[in-house]
Amino acid sequence: MAGAILPAFALEDMIGGQHAFPEANRTVICFVKEDCPTCNLVMPLLEAANSSTKALTLTAGQTAEGNETLIERHGLTMPLLDDSTLKVSFAYDVETVPLVVLADADGKELDRLVGFDRKEWSGFFDKHLSDTQIDWDDYPEWRPGCGSLTQDPVIADRLRAEAENSPLRARKIEIAPSDDVHEFMFDQGFTDGLPVVPPTPERVMRMLAGTSRDSQELVATMPPNMAPATVEKIAVNAVLAGCRPEYLPVVIAAIEAICTDEFNCHGVFATTMGASPVMIINGPIRERIGLNVRMSALGQGSRANATIGRAVRLAVRNIGGAEPGGTERSTLGSPMKFTMCFGEWEERSSWDPLHVERGFDKNDSVVTVFAMSSGPTLIVDQNSRSAPQLAGSFGLSMESAHHVRAHNGGDGILVVCPEHVDTLERDGYTKADIRRRIQEVTTVPLKDLVADDVSGAGIDPARAASMTDDMLNRPSPKFASEDNIHIVVAGSDAGKFSAAFHGWASGPMGSIPVSRKIDV
Amino acid sequence: MTTILDPTDERVPIERSVTKRPTEIVGTLALLDIAKPRGNVLLDQLEAKLHEKLPLIKINRYTKPTFTKPAPGSLRQEIKANNDFVVEALAD
Repeated sequence: MAGAILPAFALEDMIGGQHAFPEANRTVICFVKEDCPTCNLVMPLLEAANSSTKALTLTAGQTAEGNETLIERHGLTMPLLDDSTLKVSFAYDVETVPLVVLADADGKELDRLVGFDRKEWSGFFDKHLSDTQIDWDDYPEWRPGCGSLTQDPVIADRLRAEAENSPLRARKIEIAPSDDVHEFMFDQGFTDGLPVVPPTPERVMRMLAGTSRDSQELVATMPPNMAPATVEKIAVNAVLAGCRPEYLPVVIAAIEAICTDEFNCHGVFATTMGASPVMIINGPIRERIGLNVRMSALGQGSRANATIGRAVRLAVRNIGGAEPGGTERSTLGSPMKFTMCFGEWEERSSWDPLHVERGFDKNDSVVTVFAMSSGPTLIVDQNSRSAPQLAGSFGLSMESAHHVRAHNGGDGILVVCPEHVDTLERDGYTKADIRRRIQEVTTVPLKDLVADDVSGAGIDPARAASMTDDMLNRPSPKFASEDNIHIVVAGSDAGKFSAAFHGWASGPMGSIPVSRKIDV
Repeated sequence: MTTILDPTDERVPIERSVTKRPTEIVGTLALLDIAKPRGNVLLDQLEAKLHEKLPLIKINRYTKPTFTKPAPGSLRQEIKANNDFVVEALAD
């Protein structure tokens, strides 16, 4: 832009000569690349400009090999500057080559040309380089330029990552050429045991394009190390996990959710019982990022499902410092500790989806996190033809959570498959009806929950002996409240197989499910 | 050279660290000849000196099939299973 101070630079030409800008002269700065026909068209003009005494001409080529070709092809006598690192082209924000910028002796822009327009170029030469002799009739009226190499997406990401105003602040780790990148990352403990994608600055730049949030914005303080989880650090872990940039807002929202006091992620990861965050996504973002809600929604094969859950886990490991054997103390562990993220197939039932039940608008995109200790455990019922029977089956199956004698318990998730949805909806069942039926069929008197010779788990017999008959006959359902039963729809259209996830310690002393709106 | 960004909270320096060195040599020591000419001469001398200075340690001798390739897995496992220390003779 005319009047703007142009970036200073120093470049070598192809034989090692040093050239700097600004010098105490008017200067014509030109950017060209060898494979651009318009650049080749104007090379004789730039050579003529170089012979002018009215200004110093600095022509920079974008590849060293291309510069050699241009010199030979056009018999150039002017020095051709080597900008093969593209740092000067990037600093000048070159979009199209050829680009010609005229600066005064102080480095202030006076004029510029982009591409080739004969009238503009001849006017430029007449005005600023009047001692040159050019037969303009030999030139076409107009030729478009070509895209600058700095606009190549891969190169652009590298240049943005290396620029002075780069949004990247994370420590850079240089891995020697003799070292294997993947083995290095295993050795550093960056992985969950599976290979990860190397988080190069270019990849992290691309990942950050998935959010409008500032790279240094603090998303959460992450236990157990109480470390700052910035957008950048989360993006680095999303790259490790294999996420696409459009998944990043989901990962950020999930990390916000798990780092709340309510979710208590330190307890979730530290418990010997072995809990994991289960992430359920609702709203329009499901389709936008290709989240699987249908066949194998809880399994492998979908990049969004697999990598969003994994990114959250890797962030907790790498940023928060929760590692098995350290503060993560699960007796058995769980495959859910690698990843567990899926979407609700909201459109497959007439029921309110999870996020609407939890107070959000249907058009909001929302992630809800649950601390679950096991699952998905299958509920096989191919025979029930009525809703009360089928919801009864759900209750009987879910009663096994933790232990069949564990009643008045905390949260559980029920994933209803489409064929089961059809059976339930045929009888007009809603999610509330399912919850009520589960509580109904699992309710037993306390006396049925007393430990005995079959199993030592249950109410201590000595304590039971001190109870009155009224107390022993008090009805005790599986879940402390119907609100602890969280119901979503997912899975393929074929198969009468629903599933349940069993919770961990619920409530203020354990973990409370948390929903966060996704910033899209 | 590959450059990556640190995914951690950066409280620990990134480095390839060698195994912590013990303060005294006791137990069993492996002398590994990489099979380059005259490596065995060096190891013979070393073995004699070790016997002289550390008469209580047991010494096992091993030889790689060829210096041009890494030691086979079975040899590495055998050395690891039966020795507390290993000295590898790099010839040249």
